[in-house]
Amino acid sequence: MSKIEGAVREVHRMESLAEKDQWINRIYPLVKLILTIIYIATVVSFGKYQISRLLLMGIYPIVIFVLGEISFRDALRRLRFILPLVCVAGLFNPLFDRQIFFYVGKIKVTGGMVSMATLLVKGAYSVFASYLLIATTSIEKICFSLRKMHVPAAFVTQLLLTYRYISVLLEEAGRITQAYCLRAPRQKGVHFKVWGSLTGQLLLRSIDRASQVYESMLMRGYQGEFRYVSARKCKKGDWFYLLAWLAVFAVLRLV
Amino acid sequence: MHMADALVSPAVAGTMYAASTAAAAYSVKKVRNENDVKKIPLMGVMGAFVFAAQMINFTIPGTGSSGHLCGGMMLTALLGPHAGFLTMIGVLLIQCLLFADGGLLALGCNVWNMAFYGCFLGYFLVWKPLMRRQLSAGTIIAGSIIGSMLTLQMGAFSVTLETLFSGITELPFAVFAATMQPIHLAIGFVEGCITAAVLLFVYQARPGLLKGGRGEETSGRFSYKKTLGILGALALLIGGGLSLAASSNPDGLEWSIGQVTGVEELEAADYGIYAAAENIQNTTSLLPDYAFPESQSLFGTTFSGIVGAVLVLAVCIGVCCALRFFRKKRLK
Repeated sequence: MSKIEGAVREVHRMESLAEKDQWINRIYPLVKLILTIIYIATVVSFGKYQISRLLLMGIYPIVIFVLGEISFRDALRRLRFILPLVCVAGLFNPLFDRQIFFYVGKIKVTGGMVSMATLLVKGAYSVFASYLLIATTSIEKICFSLRKMHVPAAFVTQLLLTYRYISVLLEEAGRITQAYCLRAPRQKGVHFKVWGSLTGQLLLRSIDRASQVYESMLMRGYQGEFRYVSARKCKKGDWFYLLAWLAVFAVLRLV
Repeated sequence: MHMADALVSPAVAGTMYAASTAAAAYSVKKVRNENDVKKIPLMGVMGAFVFAAQMINFTIPGTGSSGHLCGGMMLTALLGPHAGFLTMIGVLLIQCLLFADGGLLALGCNVWNMAFYGCFLGYFLVWKPLMRRQLSAGTIIAGSIIGSMLTLQMGAFSVTLETLFSGITELPFAVFAATMQPIHLAIGFVEGCITAAVLLFVYQARPGLLKGGRGEETSGRFSYKKTLGILGALALLIGGGLSLAASSNPDGLEWSIGQVTGVEELEAADYGIYAAAENIQNTTSLLPDYAFPESQSLFGTTFSGIVGAVLVLAVCIGVCCALRFFRKKRLK
């Protein structure tokens, strides 16, 4: 499967996950967004040797994964994007920080090893939290939350449009590269002689498409902002969900 | 160059969020002032285009490896710095949410490192001065390559600084910078070449689409005072934000207790309900004081802490599975 096909499949998979009718999907989107940001901020606020306390923060993803019946394997696959950079940053910690912390049998566990492990756990937890947000909340609902937070309509509208057109343009880019590959067998990537024309064609088509999109939006009564007809209000249960988790985070962080 | 959440401290993330938000607010104002209703759909579709184009592998001649398109310079050349910046934020946000490429907390850093430098500095320092002189194939190539290399260098240096200020890595600053900068010099050159190829094609097919030509108005340029004002505000913001991370004083609660009682932690009374509670706790606790019983090692507490944490997580998984099991049983 090519990179583009993989990306299209991922977009569709996330969409179908977010559309599921589960209790976690029904929670007010703004509550989930705020909670995710606070959770990640709490996780990264732990010191580099505080791995034992940091591990306890795993309670949040565990509860949501298990009770929300969300695939943990898919979340694990997402670690491949962040682990390389995190590893580069943490790889040298064991070399520079050689203070011995404890022994596991005859193996010396140094401060550098602990700090590197802390870094990896932080990276994993924050990826899981973001995954749980997007697996239970559609981009439309996140955009609605952003509007509730008074993020300007111009930005939110273009974000929504970008998201809507990602799968369309990805499929188009996929078709172009597939056609190119069929005409240029045994060649890895696009030859430098056609860098400009191949991508440029896609670009010009995208610009033409943008003007068609604008005209069709005008036909449907677009006046500068999308309306969210089905948006519901924040209920007591949502508030309870937020406050309960905030209390858990506070206990895990401060006690 | 997408930074993960684990690489930034809350203070650095907050500071960079503030700086990026300020730049975004300014850009929204400028886009609104343009009063071009067609621009929003164009920004949306262009964001999707950058996303799709970044998935195409471009073969680098003679190396066997491949490069990708530089989104910031491309967008700033086609949409202008403000609309380009907002579009890049959208792309980075979707990359972060849908593909875990970059973190939600580190989004402020990523926006600054990739979108701000690419769109604002790339446009005002490189693209616009070159295009104002002459819009030609030569200036487009020079603008794309110099712009991409410069902005990627600044972005890579910012990654180094942000990681350093976050206290994440033990790697000395000089070594980290010496690793990051040369790699991104090469990446910047390749990305600049790809961007130049695409912009050249656009220049030949529809030259009116490129921004920064001689005919454009100049009212959008930063004045000297305005630039100084923005830099001063950023310096205050960054200084104030980062000082939060540098404090070694006791936290608010410890400080307050210390002010009232003279000690930072209070001793519990050894009678009545306190003693009974302590007795129960001592009897039931597996790892008293986060250490194995009779363990005197200070660092040993870390190991016992890990064991404790793993035990708690195991209990948590068990409870959740039990809850799910009973819920499913009830539904049946």
